Amino acid sequence: MTGFGIVGGGPVIPNFGQGSTCEKNGGWFCTEWVREHWGDTLQPALVQHIELTVIAISVGFAVASLLALVGFRWRFVDPPLGAFSDFLYAIPSLALFQLLVPFTGLTVTTVEIALISYTLFILYRNMIAGLRGVPAETLEVARGMGLTRVQTFFRVELPLAAPVVLGGLRIATVSTISIATVAAFVIPKGLGEPILTGLQESFGTEILAASLLAIFLGLAADGLIALFQRRVTPWSRLT
Amino acid sequence: MPSEAAELVFDEATKVYPGRDGAAVDHLSLTVPAGEICVLVGPSGGGKTTALKLVNRLIPLTSGYIRIDGRQIGDYDVTELRRSIGYVIQQVGLFPHITVEGNIGTVPRLLGWDRKRIRKRTGELLELVGLDPEKDRRRFPAELSGGQRQRVGLARALAANPALMLMDEPFGAIDPIVRSRLQDEFLRLQQEIRKTVVFVTHDVDEAIKVGDRIAILREGGRLAQYDTPMQILEHPVDEFVADFVGRDRALKALALRTLGELELASPPGSADGLPRLPAETNLRDALALLVAEHREALLVVGTDGSPLGVATREDLLR
Repeated sequence: MTGFGIVGGGPVIPNFGQGSTCEKNGGWFCTEWVREHWGDTLQPALVQHIELTVIAISVGFAVASLLALVGFRWRFVDPPLGAFSDFLYAIPSLALFQLLVPFTGLTVTTVEIALISYTLFILYRNMIAGLRGVPAETLEVARGMGLTRVQTFFRVELPLAAPVVLGGLRIATVSTISIATVAAFVIPKGLGEPILTGLQESFGTEILAASLLAIFLGLAADGLIALFQRRVTPWSRLT
Repeated sequence: MPSEAAELVFDEATKVYPGRDGAAVDHLSLTVPAGEICVLVGPSGGGKTTALKLVNRLIPLTSGYIRIDGRQIGDYDVTELRRSIGYVIQQVGLFPHITVEGNIGTVPRLLGWDRKRIRKRTGELLELVGLDPEKDRRRFPAELSGGQRQRVGLARALAANPALMLMDEPFGAIDPIVRSRLQDEFLRLQQEIRKTVVFVTHDVDEAIKVGDRIAILREGGRLAQYDTPMQILEHPVDEFVADFVGRDRALKALALRTLGELELASPPGSADGLPRLPAETNLRDALALLVAEHREALLVVGTDGSPLGVATREDLLR
Protein backbone atom coordinates (compact mmCIF):
# COMPACT_ATOMS: atom_id res chain seq x y z
CA MET A 1 0.00 0.00 0.00
CA THR A 2 3.04 2.26 0.05
CA GLY A 3 3.40 5.09 -2.36
CA PHE A 4 -0.23 6.08 -2.47
CA GLY A 5 -0.85 7.72 0.88
CA ILE A 6 -1.20 11.44 1.17
CA VAL A 7 1.34 13.42 3.11
CA GLY A 8 -0.54 14.63 6.11
CA GLY A 9 0.26 17.58 8.26
CA GLY A 10 1.30 17.42 11.87
CA PRO A 11 4.29 15.70 13.35
CA VAL A 12 6.08 13.36 11.01
CA ILE A 13 6.74 10.05 12.64
CA PRO A 14 9.91 8.41 11.41
CA ASN A 15 9.51 5.21 9.31
CA PHE A 16 5.82 5.70 9.16
CA GLY A 17 6.17 7.89 6.09
CA GLN A 18 2.89 8.38 4.32
CA GLY A 19 -0.70 8.22 5.41
CA SER A 20 -3.22 10.44 7.05
CA THR A 21 -3.01 11.66 10.60
CA CYS A 22 -5.46 9.01 11.59
CA GLU A 23 -3.26 6.29 10.17
CA LYS A 24 -0.19 7.72 11.81
CA ASN A 25 -1.93 7.95 15.13
CA GLY A 26 -3.10 4.37 14.86
CA GLY A 27 -6.79 5.30 14.74
CA TRP A 28 -9.07 2.29 14.85
CA PHE A 29 -10.91 3.24 11.68
CA CYS A 30 -9.64 5.80 9.18
CA THR A 31 -12.31 6.88 6.72
CA GLU A 32 -9.71 8.83 4.73
CA TRP A 33 -7.87 5.62 4.02
CA VAL A 34 -11.04 3.91 2.86
CA ARG A 35 -11.88 6.79 0.55
CA GLU A 36 -8.34 6.86 -0.75
CA HIS A 37 -8.02 3.14 -1.38
CA TRP A 38 -11.54 2.27 -2.49
CA GLY A 39 -10.55 2.34 -6.14
CA ASP A 40 -7.19 0.56 -5.95
CA THR A 41 -7.84 -1.94 -3.18
CA LEU A 42 -11.32 -2.43 -1.84
CA GLN A 43 -13.44 -2.27 -4.96
CA PRO A 44 -11.30 -4.68 -7.00
CA ALA A 45 -11.23 -7.04 -4.03
CA LEU A 46 -15.01 -6.84 -3.76
CA VAL A 47 -15.49 -7.60 -7.46
CA GLN A 48 -13.06 -10.52 -7.28
CA HIS A 49 -14.86 -11.78 -4.23
CA ILE A 50 -18.17 -11.71 -6.05
CA GLU A 51 -16.60 -13.57 -8.97
CA LEU A 52 -15.16 -16.26 -6.71
CA THR A 53 -18.55 -16.69 -5.05
CA VAL A 54 -20.62 -16.73 -8.21
CA ILE A 55 -18.42 -19.36 -9.83
CA ALA A 56 -18.38 -21.51 -6.70
CA ILE A 57 -22.16 -21.32 -6.25
CA SER A 58 -23.00 -21.86 -9.92
CA VAL A 59 -20.76 -24.86 -10.34
CA GLY A 60 -21.65 -26.16 -6.89
CA PHE A 61 -25.36 -25.86 -7.66
CA ALA A 62 -24.96 -27.69 -10.96
CA VAL A 63 -22.90 -30.49 -9.44
CA ALA A 64 -25.20 -30.80 -6.41
CA SER A 65 -28.23 -30.94 -8.73
CA LEU A 66 -26.76 -33.81 -10.69
CA LEU A 67 -25.80 -35.67 -7.52
CA ALA A 68 -29.23 -35.00 -6.00
CA LEU A 69 -30.99 -36.33 -9.10
CA VAL A 70 -28.98 -39.51 -8.84
CA GLY A 71 -29.38 -39.77 -5.07
CA PHE A 72 -33.13 -39.15 -5.33
CA ARG A 73 -33.72 -41.54 -8.19
CA TRP A 74 -31.60 -44.33 -6.76
CA ARG A 75 -32.04 -44.23 -3.02
CA PHE A 76 -29.15 -46.55 -2.28
CA VAL A 77 -26.57 -44.06 -3.59
CA ASP A 78 -27.89 -41.27 -1.35
CA PRO A 79 -26.11 -42.37 1.86
CA PRO A 80 -22.66 -42.62 0.23
CA LEU A 81 -23.13 -39.33 -1.65
CA GLY A 82 -24.35 -37.65 1.53
CA ALA A 83 -21.43 -39.02 3.51
CA PHE A 84 -19.01 -37.85 0.82
CA SER A 85 -20.39 -34.31 0.93
CA ASP A 86 -20.20 -34.38 4.74
CA PHE A 87 -16.60 -35.46 4.51
CA LEU A 88 -15.68 -32.65 2.10
CA TYR A 89 -17.41 -30.13 4.33
CA ALA A 90 -15.54 -31.38 7.38
CA ILE A 91 -12.05 -30.78 5.93
CA PRO A 92 -10.57 -27.57 7.35
CA SER A 93 -10.25 -25.13 4.45
CA LEU A 94 -6.59 -24.31 5.01
CA ALA A 95 -5.75 -27.99 5.04
CA LEU A 96 -7.73 -28.54 1.87
CA PHE A 97 -5.77 -25.79 0.11
CA GLN A 98 -2.57 -27.43 1.28
CA LEU A 99 -3.73 -30.74 -0.13
CA LEU A 100 -4.69 -29.24 -3.48
CA VAL A 101 -1.75 -26.93 -4.15
CA PRO A 102 0.62 -29.74 -5.24
CA PHE A 103 -1.88 -30.68 -7.94
CA THR A 104 -3.45 -27.43 -9.03
CA GLY A 105 -0.92 -24.87 -7.81
CA LEU A 106 -1.57 -21.42 -6.41
CA THR A 107 -4.46 -20.83 -8.75
CA VAL A 108 -8.11 -19.88 -8.83
CA THR A 109 -8.82 -23.53 -9.60
CA THR A 110 -7.48 -24.56 -6.20
CA VAL A 111 -9.67 -22.02 -4.48
CA GLU A 112 -12.75 -22.93 -6.48
CA ILE A 113 -12.36 -26.64 -5.89
CA ALA A 114 -12.35 -25.96 -2.18
CA LEU A 115 -15.26 -23.52 -2.26
CA ILE A 116 -17.36 -25.79 -4.48
CA SER A 117 -16.68 -28.72 -2.15
CA TYR A 118 -18.07 -26.74 0.74
CA THR A 119 -21.27 -25.77 -1.11
CA LEU A 120 -22.03 -29.38 -2.02
CA PHE A 121 -22.87 -30.46 1.49
CA ILE A 122 -25.51 -27.80 2.07
CA LEU A 123 -26.92 -27.82 -1.46
CA TYR A 124 -27.05 -31.59 -1.85
CA ARG A 125 -28.57 -32.19 1.56
CA ASN A 126 -31.22 -29.55 1.00
CA MET A 127 -32.10 -30.78 -2.46
CA ILE A 128 -32.60 -34.31 -1.22
CA ALA A 129 -34.56 -33.12 1.81
CA GLY A 130 -36.75 -30.93 -0.39
CA LEU A 131 -37.53 -33.68 -2.86
CA ARG A 132 -38.13 -36.25 -0.13
CA GLY A 133 -40.29 -33.81 1.80
CA VAL A 134 -43.11 -33.87 -0.73
CA PRO A 135 -46.11 -35.32 1.15
CA ALA A 136 -46.94 -38.92 0.29
CA GLU A 137 -50.60 -38.10 -0.32
CA THR A 138 -49.67 -35.45 -2.86
CA LEU A 139 -47.62 -37.99 -4.77
CA GLU A 140 -50.33 -40.60 -4.50
CA VAL A 141 -52.93 -38.25 -5.95
CA ALA A 142 -50.55 -37.20 -8.71
CA ARG A 143 -50.12 -40.84 -9.64
CA GLY A 144 -53.82 -41.57 -9.30
CA MET A 145 -54.68 -38.65 -11.57
CA GLY A 146 -52.47 -40.01 -14.30
CA LEU A 147 -49.31 -37.91 -14.10
CA THR A 148 -46.34 -39.83 -15.46
CA ARG A 149 -43.17 -40.18 -13.39
CA VAL A 150 -41.50 -37.35 -15.31
CA GLN A 151 -44.56 -35.10 -15.05
CA THR A 152 -44.74 -35.79 -11.34
CA PHE A 153 -41.12 -34.77 -10.97
CA PHE A 154 -41.35 -31.51 -12.88
CA ARG A 155 -44.85 -30.45 -11.90
CA VAL A 156 -44.99 -31.60 -8.30
CA GLU A 157 -41.74 -32.69 -6.70
CA LEU A 158 -39.45 -30.01 -8.10
CA PRO A 159 -41.70 -27.00 -7.35
CA LEU A 160 -42.50 -28.35 -3.89
CA ALA A 161 -38.79 -28.83 -3.17
CA ALA A 162 -38.01 -25.28 -4.33
CA PRO A 163 -38.36 -23.50 -0.96
CA VAL A 164 -35.99 -25.94 0.76
CA VAL A 165 -33.55 -25.87 -2.17
CA LEU A 166 -33.54 -22.06 -2.23
CA GLY A 167 -33.13 -22.05 1.54
CA GLY A 168 -30.03 -24.18 1.04
CA LEU A 169 -28.83 -21.82 -1.67
CA ARG A 170 -29.06 -18.90 0.76
CA ILE A 171 -27.01 -20.66 3.40
CA ALA A 172 -24.47 -21.91 0.87
CA THR A 173 -24.05 -18.46 -0.66
CA VAL A 174 -23.61 -16.64 2.63
CA SER A 175 -21.16 -19.22 3.94
CA THR A 176 -19.22 -19.24 0.66
CA ILE A 177 -18.86 -15.45 0.82
CA SER A 178 -17.46 -15.85 4.30
CA ILE A 179 -15.19 -18.81 3.53
CA ALA A 180 -13.89 -17.21 0.30
CA THR A 181 -11.87 -14.73 2.37
CA VAL A 182 -9.51 -17.60 3.14
CA ALA A 183 -8.72 -17.79 -0.58
CA ALA A 184 -6.16 -15.04 0.02
CA PHE A 185 -3.82 -17.66 1.46
CA VAL A 186 -3.60 -19.12 -2.04
CA ILE A 187 -4.15 -16.24 -4.45
CA PRO A 188 -4.17 -12.47 -3.94
CA LYS A 189 -7.83 -12.17 -4.78
CA GLY A 190 -11.04 -11.34 -3.00
CA LEU A 191 -11.74 -9.53 0.23
CA GLY A 192 -9.41 -11.88 2.08
CA GLU A 193 -6.47 -10.11 0.46
CA PRO A 194 -6.91 -6.73 2.21
CA ILE A 195 -7.76 -8.56 5.42
CA LEU A 196 -4.53 -10.52 5.19
CA THR A 197 -2.52 -7.42 4.34
CA GLY A 198 -4.13 -5.60 7.22
CA LEU A 199 -3.24 -8.43 9.55
CA GLN A 200 0.38 -8.45 8.39
CA GLU A 201 0.67 -4.69 8.81
CA SER A 202 -1.44 -4.58 11.95
CA PHE A 203 -3.60 -2.03 10.21
CA GLY A 204 -7.09 -2.22 11.69
CA THR A 205 -8.81 -0.01 9.15
CA GLU A 206 -8.04 -2.30 6.25
CA ILE A 207 -9.16 -5.42 8.14
CA LEU A 208 -12.32 -3.75 9.31
CA ALA A 209 -13.23 -2.23 5.94
CA ALA A 210 -12.77 -5.49 4.05
CA SER A 211 -14.62 -7.45 6.72
CA LEU A 212 -17.53 -5.02 6.65
CA LEU A 213 -17.68 -5.37 2.88
CA ALA A 214 -17.75 -9.16 3.20
CA ILE A 215 -20.54 -8.94 5.75
CA PHE A 216 -22.46 -6.49 3.61
CA LEU A 217 -22.01 -8.72 0.58
CA GLY A 218 -23.27 -11.77 2.49
CA LEU A 219 -26.33 -9.95 3.77
CA ALA A 220 -27.09 -8.48 0.36
CA ALA A 221 -26.82 -11.87 -1.35
CA ASP A 222 -29.02 -13.42 1.33
CA GLY A 223 -31.62 -10.71 0.87
CA LEU A 224 -31.59 -11.04 -2.91
CA ILE A 225 -32.11 -14.79 -2.84
CA ALA A 226 -34.82 -14.37 -0.21
CA LEU A 227 -36.62 -11.90 -2.48
CA PHE A 228 -36.30 -14.30 -5.39
CA GLN A 229 -37.67 -17.07 -3.21
CA ARG A 230 -40.73 -15.01 -2.35
CA ARG A 231 -41.33 -14.26 -5.97
CA VAL A 232 -41.11 -17.81 -7.27
CA THR A 233 -42.73 -19.61 -4.33
CA PRO A 234 -45.42 -17.23 -3.09
CA TRP A 235 -47.36 -20.16 -1.67
CA SER A 236 -44.57 -21.27 0.68
CA ARG A 237 -45.20 -18.44 3.12
CA LEU A 238 -48.76 -19.62 3.63
CA THR A 239 -48.04 -23.10 4.91
CA MET B 1 -71.52 -32.54 -21.82
CA PRO B 2 -71.68 -35.21 -19.13
CA SER B 3 -70.00 -38.37 -20.30
CA GLU B 4 -71.99 -41.52 -19.73
CA ALA B 5 -71.47 -43.09 -16.35
CA ALA B 6 -69.71 -46.42 -16.62
CA GLU B 7 -70.65 -49.80 -15.24
CA LEU B 8 -67.95 -51.24 -13.02
CA VAL B 9 -67.54 -54.98 -12.54
CA PHE B 10 -65.28 -56.78 -10.08
CA ASP B 11 -64.94 -60.36 -11.27
CA GLU B 12 -63.11 -62.64 -8.84
CA ALA B 13 -60.73 -59.73 -8.24
CA THR B 14 -57.95 -60.85 -5.91
CA LYS B 15 -54.94 -59.15 -4.38
CA VAL B 16 -52.30 -61.02 -2.50
CA TYR B 17 -49.37 -58.98 -1.25
CA PRO B 18 -46.13 -60.85 -1.66
CA GLY B 19 -44.73 -62.14 1.59
CA ARG B 20 -47.99 -61.76 3.46
CA ASP B 21 -50.32 -64.49 4.63
CA GLY B 22 -53.72 -64.51 3.06
CA ALA B 23 -55.27 -62.19 0.56
CA ALA B 24 -55.97 -58.48 1.00
CA VAL B 25 -58.88 -58.77 -1.42
CA ASP B 26 -60.22 -62.28 -1.90
CA HIS B 27 -62.17 -63.21 -5.04
CA LEU B 28 -64.28 -60.10 -4.92
CA SER B 29 -67.17 -60.17 -7.36
CA LEU B 30 -69.70 -57.40 -7.57
CA THR B 31 -71.26 -55.11 -10.13
CA VAL B 32 -71.76 -51.41 -9.66
CA PRO B 33 -74.48 -50.30 -12.08
CA ALA B 34 -73.77 -47.14 -14.03
CA GLY B 35 -74.64 -43.98 -12.12
CA GLU B 36 -74.84 -45.63 -8.69
CA ILE B 37 -72.83 -45.11 -5.53
CA CYS B 38 -71.30 -48.30 -4.17
CA VAL B 39 -69.89 -47.96 -0.68
CA LEU B 40 -67.15 -50.32 0.42
CA VAL B 41 -67.27 -50.60 4.17
CA GLY B 42 -65.80 -52.91 6.77
CA PRO B 43 -63.29 -53.20 9.59
CA SER B 44 -59.68 -52.28 8.98
CA GLY B 45 -57.94 -55.16 7.26
CA GLY B 46 -61.02 -55.67 5.14
CA GLY B 47 -59.23 -54.55 2.01
CA LYS B 48 -61.57 -51.63 1.18
CA THR B 49 -58.85 -49.24 0.09
CA THR B 50 -56.95 -52.00 -1.67
CA ALA B 51 -60.08 -52.90 -3.64
CA LEU B 52 -60.48 -49.25 -4.60
CA LYS B 53 -56.89 -48.85 -5.74
CA LEU B 54 -57.11 -51.99 -7.84
CA VAL B 55 -59.54 -50.11 -10.07
CA ASN B 56 -57.14 -47.35 -11.15
CA ARG B 57 -54.23 -49.76 -11.01
CA LEU B 58 -52.41 -47.96 -8.20
CA ILE B 59 -52.25 -51.53 -6.92
CA PRO B 60 -51.90 -54.31 -9.50
CA LEU B 61 -54.35 -57.22 -9.47
CA THR B 62 -52.99 -60.62 -8.52
CA SER B 63 -55.77 -62.48 -10.29
CA GLY B 64 -59.31 -62.00 -11.53
CA TYR B 65 -60.68 -59.12 -13.55
CA ILE B 66 -62.02 -55.64 -13.21
CA ARG B 67 -64.00 -54.24 -16.12
CA ILE B 68 -65.17 -50.73 -16.83
CA ASP B 69 -68.00 -50.74 -19.34
CA GLY B 70 -67.04 -54.23 -20.34
CA ARG B 71 -63.39 -53.44 -20.99
CA GLN B 72 -60.72 -54.88 -18.75
CA ILE B 73 -58.66 -52.30 -16.91
CA GLY B 74 -55.48 -54.08 -17.99
CA ASP B 75 -56.34 -53.30 -21.61
CA TYR B 76 -56.18 -49.55 -21.05
CA ASP B 77 -53.00 -47.54 -21.12
CA VAL B 78 -52.47 -46.96 -17.40
CA THR B 79 -52.05 -43.20 -17.72
CA GLU B 80 -55.12 -42.91 -19.90
CA LEU B 81 -57.10 -45.09 -17.48
CA ARG B 82 -56.20 -42.92 -14.50
CA ARG B 83 -56.97 -39.68 -16.31
CA SER B 84 -60.41 -41.00 -17.09
CA ILE B 85 -61.19 -41.87 -13.46
CA GLY B 86 -61.80 -39.25 -10.77
CA TYR B 87 -59.76 -39.90 -7.63
CA VAL B 88 -60.38 -38.36 -4.22
CA ILE B 89 -58.57 -39.27 -1.01
CA GLN B 90 -59.02 -38.44 2.65
CA GLN B 91 -55.93 -36.23 2.89
CA VAL B 92 -57.11 -34.49 -0.29
CA GLY B 93 -53.56 -34.09 -1.57
CA LEU B 94 -54.07 -30.73 -3.24
CA PHE B 95 -50.90 -29.40 -4.82
CA PRO B 96 -49.89 -26.66 -2.37
CA HIS B 97 -47.83 -24.72 -4.89
CA ILE B 98 -50.60 -24.03 -7.34
CA THR B 99 -53.86 -22.17 -6.98
CA VAL B 100 -57.31 -23.68 -6.70
CA GLU B 101 -57.76 -23.07 -10.42
CA GLY B 102 -54.45 -24.75 -11.24
CA ASN B 103 -55.33 -27.73 -9.08
CA ILE B 104 -58.71 -28.24 -10.69
CA GLY B 105 -57.21 -27.83 -14.16
CA THR B 106 -54.54 -30.49 -13.64
CA VAL B 107 -56.05 -33.33 -15.65
CA PRO B 108 -57.57 -31.07 -18.34
CA ARG B 109 -54.09 -29.57 -18.88
CA LEU B 110 -52.62 -33.06 -19.20
CA LEU B 111 -55.34 -33.83 -21.72
CA GLY B 112 -54.37 -30.74 -23.70
CA TRP B 113 -57.51 -28.65 -23.24
CA ASP B 114 -57.06 -25.03 -24.24
CA ARG B 115 -56.84 -22.32 -21.62
CA LYS B 116 -60.30 -20.89 -22.24
CA ARG B 117 -62.01 -24.22 -21.90
CA ILE B 118 -60.15 -25.00 -18.67
CA ARG B 119 -61.09 -21.62 -17.24
CA LYS B 120 -64.72 -22.11 -18.08
CA ARG B 121 -64.73 -25.62 -16.65
CA THR B 122 -63.04 -24.45 -13.43
CA GLY B 123 -65.72 -21.81 -12.94
CA GLU B 124 -68.51 -24.35 -13.46
CA LEU B 125 -66.96 -26.80 -11.02
CA LEU B 126 -66.29 -24.23 -8.31
CA GLU B 127 -69.92 -23.26 -8.48
CA LEU B 128 -70.99 -26.89 -8.50
CA VAL B 129 -69.10 -27.66 -5.27
CA GLY B 130 -70.27 -24.47 -3.58
CA LEU B 131 -67.19 -22.28 -3.82
CA ASP B 132 -66.92 -18.77 -5.20
CA PRO B 133 -65.66 -18.96 -8.82
CA GLU B 134 -64.24 -15.44 -8.70
CA LYS B 135 -62.83 -15.20 -5.20
CA ASP B 136 -61.62 -18.74 -4.57
CA ARG B 137 -60.10 -19.40 -7.98
CA ARG B 138 -56.80 -17.67 -7.26
CA ARG B 139 -56.35 -18.84 -3.69
CA PHE B 140 -53.74 -21.34 -2.61
CA PRO B 141 -54.78 -24.52 -0.78
CA ALA B 142 -53.20 -23.24 2.43
CA GLU B 143 -55.72 -20.40 2.43
CA LEU B 144 -58.70 -22.77 2.53
CA SER B 145 -60.46 -24.57 5.39
CA GLY B 146 -60.49 -28.36 5.53
CA GLY B 147 -64.00 -28.52 4.13
CA GLN B 148 -63.14 -26.13 1.30
CA ARG B 149 -60.07 -28.17 0.43
CA GLN B 150 -62.11 -31.33 0.15
CA ARG B 151 -64.56 -29.50 -2.14
CA VAL B 152 -61.65 -28.47 -4.35
CA GLY B 153 -60.43 -32.07 -4.26
CA LEU B 154 -63.84 -33.19 -5.46
CA ALA B 155 -63.93 -30.51 -8.17
CA ARG B 156 -60.46 -31.56 -9.30
CA ALA B 157 -61.54 -35.19 -9.57
CA LEU B 158 -64.58 -34.15 -11.63
CA ALA B 159 -62.63 -31.79 -13.89
CA ALA B 160 -62.26 -33.98 -16.97
CA ASN B 161 -65.76 -35.33 -16.51
CA PRO B 162 -64.84 -38.90 -15.64
CA ALA B 163 -67.38 -41.69 -16.01
CA LEU B 164 -66.18 -43.25 -12.77
CA MET B 165 -65.16 -41.74 -9.43
CA LEU B 166 -63.06 -43.42 -6.74
CA MET B 167 -63.40 -41.81 -3.32
CA ASP B 168 -61.26 -43.08 -0.46
CA GLU B 169 -62.75 -41.86 2.85
CA PRO B 170 -63.23 -38.43 1.31
CA PHE B 171 -64.89 -36.92 4.38
CA GLY B 172 -62.97 -38.92 6.98
CA ALA B 173 -60.74 -36.09 8.18
CA ILE B 174 -63.48 -33.49 8.47
CA ASP B 175 -65.34 -32.57 11.64
CA PRO B 176 -68.80 -34.17 12.03
CA ILE B 177 -70.89 -31.07 11.29
CA VAL B 178 -69.06 -30.14 8.11
CA ARG B 179 -68.88 -33.82 7.15
CA SER B 180 -72.63 -34.16 7.32
CA ARG B 181 -73.04 -31.04 5.18
CA LEU B 182 -70.51 -32.29 2.64
CA GLN B 183 -72.33 -35.63 2.47
CA ASP B 184 -75.61 -33.83 1.77
CA GLU B 185 -73.99 -31.66 -0.88
CA PHE B 186 -72.31 -34.64 -2.44
CA LEU B 187 -75.63 -36.49 -2.68
CA ARG B 188 -77.32 -33.43 -4.19
CA LEU B 189 -74.43 -33.14 -6.66
CA GLN B 190 -74.73 -36.82 -7.54
CA GLN B 191 -78.40 -36.23 -8.39
CA GLU B 192 -77.13 -33.87 -11.06
CA ILE B 193 -74.05 -35.60 -12.40
CA ARG B 194 -74.97 -39.27 -11.94
CA LYS B 195 -71.47 -40.68 -11.87
CA THR B 196 -70.62 -44.23 -11.00
CA VAL B 197 -68.93 -43.89 -7.63
CA VAL B 198 -66.94 -46.28 -5.49
CA PHE B 199 -66.82 -44.80 -2.01
CA VAL B 200 -64.72 -46.23 0.80
CA THR B 201 -65.55 -45.54 4.43
CA HIS B 202 -65.19 -47.25 7.79
CA ASP B 203 -68.28 -45.46 9.09
CA VAL B 204 -71.47 -47.53 8.80
CA ASP B 205 -73.70 -44.49 9.17
CA GLU B 206 -71.96 -42.75 6.32
CA ALA B 207 -72.29 -45.92 4.22
CA ILE B 208 -76.02 -46.08 4.89
CA LYS B 209 -76.49 -42.41 4.14
CA VAL B 210 -74.41 -42.22 0.98
CA GLY B 211 -74.66 -45.65 -0.63
CA ASP B 212 -77.13 -46.86 -3.22
CA ARG B 213 -75.54 -50.19 -2.46
CA ILE B 214 -73.20 -51.25 0.29
CA ALA B 215 -70.51 -53.89 0.05
CA ILE B 216 -69.46 -55.10 3.48
CA LEU B 217 -65.99 -56.57 3.46
CA ARG B 218 -64.64 -58.68 6.30
CA GLU B 219 -61.07 -59.46 7.34
CA GLY B 220 -59.12 -61.01 4.52
CA GLY B 221 -60.97 -58.99 1.92
CA ARG B 222 -63.96 -61.31 1.61
CA LEU B 223 -67.31 -59.90 0.65
CA ALA B 224 -69.81 -60.51 3.44
CA GLN B 225 -72.85 -58.88 1.86
CA TYR B 226 -73.61 -56.64 -1.10
CA ASP B 227 -77.02 -55.08 -0.97
CA THR B 228 -79.04 -51.92 -0.60
CA PRO B 229 -78.76 -50.18 2.78
CA MET B 230 -82.32 -51.20 3.69
CA GLN B 231 -81.73 -54.86 2.87
CA ILE B 232 -78.52 -54.88 4.88
CA LEU B 233 -80.20 -53.32 7.90
CA GLU B 234 -83.30 -55.45 7.76
CA HIS B 235 -81.83 -58.70 6.50
CA PRO B 236 -78.16 -59.02 7.45
CA VAL B 237 -76.94 -62.32 6.04
CA ASP B 238 -74.99 -63.33 9.11
CA GLU B 239 -73.82 -62.48 12.58
CA PHE B 240 -70.81 -60.56 11.29
CA VAL B 241 -72.89 -58.18 9.21
CA ALA B 242 -75.48 -57.77 11.96
CA ASP B 243 -72.73 -56.95 14.45
CA PHE B 244 -71.01 -54.61 12.04
CA VAL B 245 -74.08 -52.52 11.26
CA GLY B 246 -74.77 -52.35 14.98
CA ARG B 247 -77.39 -53.19 17.58
CA ASP B 248 -79.30 -50.11 16.58
CA ARG B 249 -79.78 -51.29 13.01
CA ALA B 250 -83.55 -51.18 13.45
CA LEU B 251 -83.25 -47.51 14.33
CA LYS B 252 -80.91 -46.92 11.40
CA ALA B 253 -83.47 -48.55 9.13
CA LEU B 254 -86.07 -46.12 10.49
CA ALA B 255 -83.85 -43.26 9.41
CA LEU B 256 -84.10 -44.47 5.81
CA ARG B 257 -87.89 -44.05 5.66
CA THR B 258 -89.89 -40.85 5.75
CA LEU B 259 -93.30 -40.08 7.15
CA GLY B 260 -94.52 -39.53 3.61
CA GLU B 261 -93.97 -43.22 2.82
CA LEU B 262 -96.38 -44.38 5.57
CA GLU B 263 -100.01 -45.15 5.13
CA LEU B 264 -101.52 -42.41 7.23
CA ALA B 265 -104.86 -42.38 8.99
CA SER B 266 -106.96 -39.46 7.85
CA PRO B 267 -106.63 -36.56 10.24
CA PRO B 268 -109.37 -36.58 12.90
CA GLY B 269 -111.12 -33.37 13.75
CA SER B 270 -109.21 -33.20 17.03
CA ALA B 271 -105.71 -33.19 15.47
CA ASP B 272 -105.08 -29.65 16.65
CA GLY B 273 -103.02 -30.51 19.69
CA LEU B 274 -100.74 -32.98 17.88
CA PRO B 275 -97.13 -32.11 17.04
CA ARG B 276 -96.81 -31.34 13.34
CA LEU B 277 -93.98 -32.70 11.22
CA PRO B 278 -93.31 -32.34 7.48
CA ALA B 279 -93.70 -35.46 5.31
CA GLU B 280 -89.99 -35.64 4.46
CA THR B 281 -89.02 -36.14 8.13
CA ASN B 282 -87.46 -39.57 8.62
CA LEU B 283 -89.09 -42.05 10.96
CA ARG B 284 -86.25 -42.06 13.47
CA ASP B 285 -86.47 -38.31 13.99
CA ALA B 286 -90.26 -38.56 14.20
CA LEU B 287 -90.05 -41.30 16.83
CA ALA B 288 -87.46 -39.34 18.78
CA LEU B 289 -89.87 -36.41 18.92
CA LEU B 290 -92.76 -38.58 20.15
CA VAL B 291 -90.57 -40.11 22.86
CA ALA B 292 -89.19 -36.76 23.95
CA GLU B 293 -92.60 -35.13 24.16
CA HIS B 294 -94.39 -38.18 25.63
CA ARG B 295 -96.87 -38.24 22.77
CA GLU B 296 -98.58 -41.14 21.05
CA ALA B 297 -99.21 -39.62 17.63
CA LEU B 298 -98.24 -36.78 15.34
CA LEU B 299 -99.70 -34.90 12.43
CA VAL B 300 -97.91 -35.19 9.08
CA VAL B 301 -98.10 -32.03 7.02
CA GLY B 302 -97.25 -31.22 3.42
CA THR B 303 -94.79 -28.57 2.29
CA ASP B 304 -97.61 -26.00 2.31
CA GLY B 305 -98.49 -26.94 5.89
CA SER B 306 -101.71 -28.72 4.99
CA PRO B 307 -102.42 -31.80 7.12
CA LEU B 308 -101.83 -35.12 5.29
CA GLY B 309 -102.71 -37.52 8.06
CA VAL B 310 -101.89 -38.84 11.49
CA ALA B 311 -99.12 -41.31 12.38
CA THR B 312 -99.01 -43.14 15.71
CA ARG B 313 -96.05 -44.74 17.43
CA GLU B 314 -97.19 -48.12 16.18
CA ASP B 315 -97.34 -46.80 12.62
CA LEU B 316 -93.75 -45.66 12.84
CA LEU B 317 -92.53 -48.99 14.20
CA ARG B 318 -94.57 -51.26 11.97
